Amino acid sequence: FPGLADVSISQDIPVEGEITVPVGSHSPDEDYSTLDEPVKDTIMRDLKAVGKKFVHVMYPRKSSALLRDWDLWGPLVLCVSLALMLQGGSADSKDDGGPQFAEVFVIIWFGAVVITLNSKLLGGTISFFQSLCVLGYCVLPLTVAMLVCRLVLLAGVGTVSFIIRLIVVGAMFGWSTLASTAFLADSQPPNRKALVVYPIFLFYFVISWMILTFTPQ
Amino acid sequence: IACLVMYLFAEFDDAANLLAANPDATTISIDEPVEIPKNQHSRLQEPGREEDDELLGTDDSDKTELLAGQKKSAPFWTFEYYQTFFDVDTYQVLDRIKGSVFPVPGKNFVRLYIRSNPDLYGPFWICATLVFTIAVSGNLSNFFIHLGKPTYHYVPEFRKVSIAATTIYAYAWLVPLALWGFLMWRNTKVMNIVSYSFLEIVCVYGYSLFIYIPTAILWIIPQKVVRWVLVVFSLCLSGSVLVMTFWPAVRDDNRRVAVATVATILLLHALLAVGCLAYFFDAPELDIPAPIIPAHNGTTVITKSH
Repeated sequence: FPGLADVSISQDIPVEGEITVPVGSHSPDEDYSTLDEPVKDTIMRDLKAVGKKFVHVMYPRKSSALLRDWDLWGPLVLCVSLALMLQGGSADSKDDGGPQFAEVFVIIWFGAVVITLNSKLLGGTISFFQSLCVLGYCVLPLTVAMLVCRLVLLAGVGTVSFIIRLIVVGAMFGWSTLASTAFLADSQPPNRKALVVYPIFLFYFVISWMILTFTPQ
Repeated sequence: IACLVMYLFAEFDDAANLLAANPDATTISIDEPVEIPKNQHSRLQEPGREEDDELLGTDDSDKTELLAGQKKSAPFWTFEYYQTFFDVDTYQVLDRIKGSVFPVPGKNFVRLYIRSNPDLYGPFWICATLVFTIAVSGNLSNFFIHLGKPTYHYVPEFRKVSIAATTIYAYAWLVPLALWGFLMWRNTKVMNIVSYSFLEIVCVYGYSLFIYIPTAILWIIPQKVVRWVLVVFSLCLSGSVLVMTFWPAVRDDNRRVAVATVATILLLHALLAVGCLAYFFDAPELDIPAPIIPAHNGTTVITKSH
């Protein structure tokens, strides 16, 4: 320290003071205070995070909240509810009916994993669980479509109901694909974007097909 | 004579002086042949000539072998190793698909398009698309065929998806494995000039299945003649790609072995197409439904059905 070269402290002047390191909280217990909070707070915090992501999916904007704080609660809830709603399809024999619960589950999760691996192998920069999170959350429009389809099917099974279902499922399929592409496309190398978007299109197409061909007993 | 010699020396001197003064002056020397640059002809110029070179690719096969060795150098337990199989851009995938649908006579698909950069993206996703296309088209076609019947109740037939997936992925991976093993075995007996790596064979097979995707969509049309015409047409296109790829690899062998190999390749390819058509698509009914005429004198008319 060249500036202090000429500063000298004589021996008889005591140097005293206080050295303290400012800390945010005074005890380690208060840092991890989620252990003491009521269960309702914990659940509400996670539910709010999931709900916020649902809103992000329904109104896809260029926000990184979906990507930053990924969670898989939402995809799990959506997958289970979709698989449950696809139950009760008509079947003359066991072989000819719609997809079973396990089949829907496997298709959604295995499909999401394969698409994530595909995008990572093509050189994408998104992390594994972030991509799973986005793909799972973007099933929300299709779950809404399934709900609408079941309600329409309660009213009747005919050409009109089929046309309504076709329009609803088609619109939601487009929404899902666009929403997930909006979140995932930026992390891909620019000359391979189509290679990454196509499997996502195929994935949501298969789910839409399962929803559209659902016929009640 | 001395004067003549002196004169000639003077002429040479003049010429030398002229050249020295003007070093860039063009001089024509008669014994120099006109040079044809060797590698300037593009591959697509003369398809007929140098067919062997094009098919064998011997001019750059050494280089590509070296490059292949340099590229895939990551150990197989790392992620980067598998990333080398996905090192393709969108336009490359589209080019390879185009090459499998429009086979250029005399061109080898592997040498022309793959060029020691085999990818697994194309085979995997073409097979996935084909699985779902066949299942969905079969379902739709059956729905339209049986539409008017009062006893028909629509079923999604979802089990057929898993059957389709097993069949098509088995074909796309096991047949190349068997073919590669067979070619390696023959290579130990007969010195073949052309040999393909396992991934290149998988690549060719995967891309050759692409033609079946539009074919499966068109199979929804419930006419027997249309369906069989489509089978023959797509078989010709993709079969020719396979034949042109594998004929150079076996033609140095015993004649009968070579012909048998190519015939087996084509037979398996045809079997896949016909099998899918038979299993997933119900036979179309005849157009004119014969109504049941109430029996006047004890005879009934039976409706035609398959």
